[in-house]
Amino acid sequence: MAAMIHTDHLTRRFRTKDKTELVAVDNLTIDVQPGEIFGFLGPNGAGKTTTIRLLSCLIAPSSGTATVNGYTVGQQNQAIRQSVGILTETPGMYDRLSAATNLRIFARLYGVADADAQIARYLRLLGLWDRRDDEAGGFSKGMRQKLALARALLHEPPILFLDEPTAGLDPEAAHLVRDFIAELRQQGRTVFLCTHNLDEADRLCDRIAVFKTHLIAVDTPTNLRRKLFSRQVVFHLRAMAPQLVAAVKAHPFVDEVQAIDNKLVVRMHDPELHNPTLIRTLVDAGADIQFVGELRYSLEDVYLQLVQTPSLSA
Amino acid sequence: MNRTRMTTIIRKEWAELYKNSLVLSTVVFMPLILTALPLVILWASGGFEGSVDVVVSELPPQMVQQCQGLSGAACNQIFIVSQFMLLFMMIPLIIPAAIAPYSIVGEKTQRSLEPLLASPITTTELLLAKNLAAVIPAILATWVSFGIFVVGARLLIHDTLAFNHLFAGRWLIAIFLLAPLLAILSVDLSIMVSSRSNDPRVAQQIASLLVLPVVFLLLGQMLGFLIFNNQVAILFSVVALGIDIVLTYVAVQVFDREAILTRWQ
Repeated sequence: MAAMIHTDHLTRRFRTKDKTELVAVDNLTIDVQPGEIFGFLGPNGAGKTTTIRLLSCLIAPSSGTATVNGYTVGQQNQAIRQSVGILTETPGMYDRLSAATNLRIFARLYGVADADAQIARYLRLLGLWDRRDDEAGGFSKGMRQKLALARALLHEPPILFLDEPTAGLDPEAAHLVRDFIAELRQQGRTVFLCTHNLDEADRLCDRIAVFKTHLIAVDTPTNLRRKLFSRQVVFHLRAMAPQLVAAVKAHPFVDEVQAIDNKLVVRMHDPELHNPTLIRTLVDAGADIQFVGELRYSLEDVYLQLVQTPSLSA
Repeated sequence: MNRTRMTTIIRKEWAELYKNSLVLSTVVFMPLILTALPLVILWASGGFEGSVDVVVSELPPQMVQQCQGLSGAACNQIFIVSQFMLLFMMIPLIIPAAIAPYSIVGEKTQRSLEPLLASPITTTELLLAKNLAAVIPAILATWVSFGIFVVGARLLIHDTLAFNHLFAGRWLIAIFLLAPLLAILSVDLSIMVSSRSNDPRVAQQIASLLVLPVVFLLLGQMLGFLIFNNQVAILFSVVALGIDIVLTYVAVQVFDREAILTRWQ
């Protein structure tokens, strides 16, 4: 299946005021598949917004190539602009105009056929219908963000670039926006999601790219965890005994064993294969197992490991 | 170029203008004041009838040449009113200088430029639409003001010959050629100033300096150094056209999509 977004050594350099050259995006090569929610994570100033601007044809690449929805950046910019919806970091509404007028302007710019029906549809979907005639300047941050999301969707683009869609929103508004993004995937749209909210990325994204000027890693959240950390299984026991540690350690597939209170934390690869053996070993050694669980690393652990480890982020 | 997109931006600009009472009052009241002033002077001098005896030889020689066939009083009144007719040249300079900075700086402060530039509108369409959104009200205000002045002057001037002298070719050139060129000049300058400013008032003040040449022209005419005749009107129009071409070129360079996003801060 052809990628909806494809970049090949995409690079963007800026000349700073003191005439030095700043590389904002360096040799980025990624593929984003149709219907995928692709998380793009990185620290502030990593070049995430620049990447979105490159892919939405707002700025030109210094070198490398990119295609969006099959159209080439720099050559078919108008077609790309028509194919993508963009939610910028700040909603950027016309504050003196009503919510409906704000949307009507963009519906006309994108040539939306039945503009009024589309506007009504998205205002209703995002819970803004009753406030359609109110000035956008009087909206809360959450409402402005929802209005900006409606604006990005009016022309039914197959690809959406969302830059920090839930930044600064209260939990309820953030939840609504997240649910809405999840719905977009069900509609078959491709979402390129920049976020600092790692829990959000973990829950929403099919794959995640960790980026700091250059691509550090890209994979599913689960695979990223597995690549960085060997898995750890926790055995909760009624009582701890020294021979239990020794019995577990005797297995060659066990990398490390730690006894913490009544818990045995066992680091190993492929727990699905080895857990039955370990459980038998522990029971034979006289352990009363209360329950077994896997110690899960959060995406934050993965992210920090990737971004802060010089050998990984270099 | 896509007309729908351009008219959308023009309508958007006007909708925002309508909500901005400060700019709206400039657009509405300033032309009214500049129209009322020469009419009041005309009314105060009692039209061209029954005026005090005037020594025509005290008027600038070029003015006297234009007064052939008129009484000394009528010639003197034409001279006085002509001075103030240059005020109409301020309208196409001041109105765009009031509208355009809000149009550009407003987009910057509201952070609405990025979604706008991400839409299919081309940079040329956007620049042209923003230009027209400021130029059209300026030209209309100038023409409507001049129209009101013509009607008012016709009611106050009973001497048809004097009336025809007052609205000779130089004023038609000024109103219908020079004024639109000055409006374009004002918008281009406002766009350039606005690209470097985050405060519309700063951009407005700098762009408002454009009225200075008109003020100097007014003073020069009052002091008799210069008479605003057909040749001067055409010369000024040619100069304004030249400046417009240069400024439009610079404004197009400044109004580059990438420059707007990366340098307009």
